[in-house]
Amino acid sequence: MLTIDGVALSFEAGQTLMEAATAAGVYLPHLCHHPEFKPHGSCKLCTVKVNGRFASACTLPAAEGQEVLSETLELRQLRVRITQMLFVEGNHFCPSCEQSGDCKLQATAYALGMLDSHFPHFFPARRVDASHPDILLDLDRCILCELCVRASRDMDGKSVFGIAGRGMESHLVVDAESGALVDTVIEVSDRAVKICPVGAILIKRTAYEKPIGQRLYDHHPIQAVLLQADQGGGSCDQ
Amino acid sequence: MADLVTNKILIATTSLAGCFGCHMSFLDIDERFFTLCEHVVFDRSPFTDIKHCGEHVDVGLIEGGLCNAENVATLREFRRHVKILVAVGACAINGGIPAMRNHIPLKECLEESYLQAIGIDSPQIPNDPELPLLLDRVRPIHEVVKVDYFLPGCPPSAEVFWTFLMDLLAARQPQLPEAQIHYD
Repeated sequence: MLTIDGVALSFEAGQTLMEAATAAGVYLPHLCHHPEFKPHGSCKLCTVKVNGRFASACTLPAAEGQEVLSETLELRQLRVRITQMLFVEGNHFCPSCEQSGDCKLQATAYALGMLDSHFPHFFPARRVDASHPDILLDLDRCILCELCVRASRDMDGKSVFGIAGRGMESHLVVDAESGALVDTVIEVSDRAVKICPVGAILIKRTAYEKPIGQRLYDHHPIQAVLLQADQGGGSCDQ
Repeated sequence: MADLVTNKILIATTSLAGCFGCHMSFLDIDERFFTLCEHVVFDRSPFTDIKHCGEHVDVGLIEGGLCNAENVATLREFRRHVKILVAVGACAINGGIPAMRNHIPLKECLEESYLQAIGIDSPQIPNDPELPLLLDRVRPIHEVVKVDYFLPGCPPSAEVFWTFLMDLLAARQPQLPEAQIHYD
């Protein structure tokens, strides 16, 4: 047994804290975690306090006697700041984004009660790659979660995507000498195309198909949608 | 300081680099405006056509971000006279759609709009001294003045305005329910 915010829950050997929490119906905010992939531990939104120390719930193995804190003022504020940093370091213009309403970054920010961006905006100059006939790559929105990198490598067996550069220079690249998506082996049916939690990878000619009111997070908060999906009740990917 | 004669709360509003959509959405509180006006008086606002803030205003609602020097001057006037300054809508909070020009050099923006665009008669870049100078980048207002509260949305729904103002009038810390938080 372990406890999250004082509530006892059981777990199975080999489960991470995230897996144990999800199985018990406890939502821990996350963006780079996906139940079908090996944990990545990079977005830090699932940071919890375990026996007084910060840890990423998606990578930490669940263990007997852990006292986990998640819904504290301190952690909530830290998660809001992390999310605000993700917003200001990219170009996230929700009103004009095809993914608005279906976006995990946006829905997570709603769940955290984020009202503003707090930090100065970077407004970086980033590339849009519209070279592929069926797939659009808009790096303005990329949050470097590497879900497409993992999906392309581990599920599609193609390694179309990768991260190049370091620190502030980190950016998504594609496996083609020209640097253009059209010159890769990606296909619209690839898992990597549908895994993006934001609007960085989009299937062309499908934008705004769902009217406002029928989008994934229009009426259900991400806590409810993700718990259902992550517990095996269907996919909430694109 | 409330209005000395009526003891009502003074509210000022303006639109900077915005589309007035937030103001239109505010008006969507419909007949509740009558209830609101039992408690508030509008100072500087497009609703009143008063051009400058009174000495002491309780609440200032700012729609739009900063795209030119006049926007900055207006914002600073609000900050000087207003006790509680509120960033209303996506453009005030993060620059919004106007900020999508930020990765294009200003010169290229002007040339595209006034020299190269299709259907332009006698192309020239406007340069009248009365025109406010454009900023090189569109900025959200919290990058220039301290902002006390934020109402997200494009626009924020009428319910958001209502929740915020009713909380304020009841002297409660404004608290938007999660379902009212939207960025689009």
